Amino acid sequence: MSDTIEVDGKQFAVDEEGYLADLNEWVPDVAGVMAKQDNLELTDEHWDIINFLRSYYEEYQIAPAVRVLTKAVGKKLGKEKGNSKYLYSLFPYGPAKQACRFAGLPKPTGCV
Amino acid sequence: MSEVVKKFMYLNRKAPYGTIYAWEALEVILISAAFDQDVCVLFIDDGVYQLTRGHDPKGIGMKNFSPTYRTLGDYEVKRVFVDRDSLEARGLTQEDLVEIAWEDFETEEEIDNIVEVVDAARVSALMNEADAIFSF
Repeated sequence: MSDTIEVDGKQFAVDEEGYLADLNEWVPDVAGVMAKQDNLELTDEHWDIINFLRSYYEEYQIAPAVRVLTKAVGKKLGKEKGNSKYLYSLFPYGPAKQACRFAGLPKPTGCV
Repeated sequence: MSEVVKKFMYLNRKAPYGTIYAWEALEVILISAAFDQDVCVLFIDDGVYQLTRGHDPKGIGMKNFSPTYRTLGDYEVKRVFVDRDSLEARGLTQEDLVEIAWEDFETEEEIDNIVEVVDAARVSALMNEADAIFSF
């Protein structure tokens, strides 16, 4: 649990899989730094999903599994975005796992 | 997708806070639903308090996971039951319980509330048809 990432000169503790230890510490730049580590450049489309996950967590207190995410995204952001091909094109390491990590959330419930 | 689908029945028997059982059970239920198993949940004994409205566990430093029960529908758990005798013994009715909506994304079929209060005969029928029963 001693891992940290540096964002704007500040240290953030992360767990052994790179998820933020305390989700209350999250700031948007955390997502940017994590994305850079994964060689990704965040676009508005990425932010739609990250913000969606944060509000889902806010409302339900869990990070959704990928299938649930896909379904919920389709409902909220439109059917053309509610499919795994689109979501994987944004988050190649797995839309739920990777996007949740960028969003400062724990690993999704239902992912191993 | 899993090839073998089993009928899993979860019995939630304990009060939501004070032990970790309720929260752990909910996580296990969501995980088995995410793996496409046929999941049914029954709230019985003090477990009926898990579904009551207006939880506020701030004072005991626990996370309020009451809203998480509402994701059962998102995880396509469609069969959520509450034992009538347990409710009545605690002076509760269905009006005291949260509602869980369910929607089929493909067909857009919607159900406003899948929480169903059932009698002892139905409870035993549900247990009989389950392949595996997990008691928390």
